[in-house]
Amino acid sequence: MDTLSIARDIRRLTLKCINSIGSGHVGGCLSIVDFLAVLYAKHFNFDSTNPRMQGRDRIVLSKGHAGPALYATLCHFGYFPEQQLLTLNRLGTALPSHTNANLTPGVDMTAGSLGQGISGGVGLALGSKMSNDNARIYIIVGDGECQEGQVWEAALTASNKGLDNLCVFVDNNRMQIDDYTDNVSKVEDLDAKWSAFGFHTIRIDGHNHEQLDNALNMAKTVKGIPTAIIGNTVKGKGVSIFEQMGVSNHSVSVSDEQLEKALAELV
Amino acid sequence: MEMRKAYSVTMAELMKQNDKIVILDADLAKACATTTLHAQFPNRSYDLGICEQNMMSVAVGLSYYGYIPFVHSFAPFAVRRAYDQIAMGVAYGRANVKIVGTDPGICATLNGGTHMSFEDVSAMRAIPNMLIYEPTDCNQLIKALPQIVAHEGACYIRMTRKDDLSVFGQDYIFDLYKADIVREGNDLTMIVCGINTPDCVTACQQLAQEGVSVDLISVHTVKPLDNKTIIDSATKTGRVLVVENSNYKGGLYGAVCECLAINHPTYCDHISSEDKLGEVGNLDELKSFYSMTVKDIIDKSKRLIQK
Repeated sequence: MDTLSIARDIRRLTLKCINSIGSGHVGGCLSIVDFLAVLYAKHFNFDSTNPRMQGRDRIVLSKGHAGPALYATLCHFGYFPEQQLLTLNRLGTALPSHTNANLTPGVDMTAGSLGQGISGGVGLALGSKMSNDNARIYIIVGDGECQEGQVWEAALTASNKGLDNLCVFVDNNRMQIDDYTDNVSKVEDLDAKWSAFGFHTIRIDGHNHEQLDNALNMAKTVKGIPTAIIGNTVKGKGVSIFEQMGVSNHSVSVSDEQLEKALAELV
Repeated sequence: MEMRKAYSVTMAELMKQNDKIVILDADLAKACATTTLHAQFPNRSYDLGICEQNMMSVAVGLSYYGYIPFVHSFAPFAVRRAYDQIAMGVAYGRANVKIVGTDPGICATLNGGTHMSFEDVSAMRAIPNMLIYEPTDCNQLIKALPQIVAHEGACYIRMTRKDDLSVFGQDYIFDLYKADIVREGNDLTMIVCGINTPDCVTACQQLAQEGVSVDLISVHTVKPLDNKTIIDSATKTGRVLVVENSNYKGGLYGAVCECLAINHPTYCDHISSEDKLGEVGNLDELKSFYSMTVKDIIDKSKRLIQK
């Protein structure tokens, strides 16, 4: 299956997952799907039948509220059956709204309070270096999340410790809960900021699979410093009803009717 | 020996035996005396700079990789600065992270009120599964650290840096989960932890000369509390005085009251930082200011047994 088809499937699964409980963080899930599709299809070293495999690559969803997009990806790649996606947020589920490494096979970091996941990822990258197991650590942060001071503490540590096994994807969808990021507290110029903090920085269209693939390849060749891929994305990408909501699509309901419309668009 | 010296010497031994132990500092390695560990184990020691929140979450990641990180800072920065990182990352994340907070409460002395943590015990007690250990003396700390490494799960070690406390002898047998009965008596139960313990020993000796016999219980592990030892003693004496270098609201006094209220309701009083903010001063001045002197302990003990 090509990555575009995979991304469509992940979007379908994401919306089915959120629809099962009625509402969720739709916008910020759909904006990272293309990154996840290309990462898992072409770069990520994993074994879905052995989620704790030694030396596997690690995924850290620092913007933990986009859990359903990661769960849909893991489901697509065989970590668990589709039926399990429909348990989202039910008491006792293995799929809580925000990611929990102790509950979900394939989830490598507990995250939800913004800014903590990236530091946890730095810990994983240090752990991999000490263990000499050649794992790569992929961390997804939001552009709004970059308003958290801890993101930059983590960035300093990652570059100062020479963590070239670490790759941050900034989901630059330019929106946050209250308004456009520019109107709340501007975080651009992200290239200049991540470069200044010692990262090799690549700016791409976060929905262009060729650019995603090239950026992920380039990140593997960078030695001595970590890489930040700044992906310009669209919140709600791929489903017109949610894209059109704009800033108000952060946490919204997904009715059966909306799901049906969305699925028709994602064939 | 300074407490921090006892700490670093013991940790060096443990790091030789266990290659999973990792040292994290946030620019207080010199203050916490971990610089020797950085020198001896350069591949397992990281000074991350002044970023306690980041340090705590990095420790979570290391723990997920199978390492046992020990993070160090002054108590206020280890706990209150990184509290969300502890609550979400360490506790909710079920990470095996050991948090070392030095110079708690009045031990902050000349660093003053900004550095004086009286709330850390209460704050950490409110976190599920957090083990809270406060050494009684250097000899005990040396025996405690291997048991803390063996304890799977989050721990908070709350210790003075420079004081050379001596309560127990070399043949002292330590159990992380059991309180110590330092001396036995019938008139009053005195429950103490940390740096106030030697003053309580002195106070008990003087009280004995005046015909007051005290059950002195040294609590090193505030959570989980050794309920049995406390209930047994309170049942015997019927009066309890808690002495602690922290806020009694939710501190050791809170823990003792919670235990006795349901198991054996007993009149309890406390010597503590009360509910006051920190101040600058030397240790003796601060003990006077917070009414923690030997005389204060004796006076309150006498008042309590007359109730």
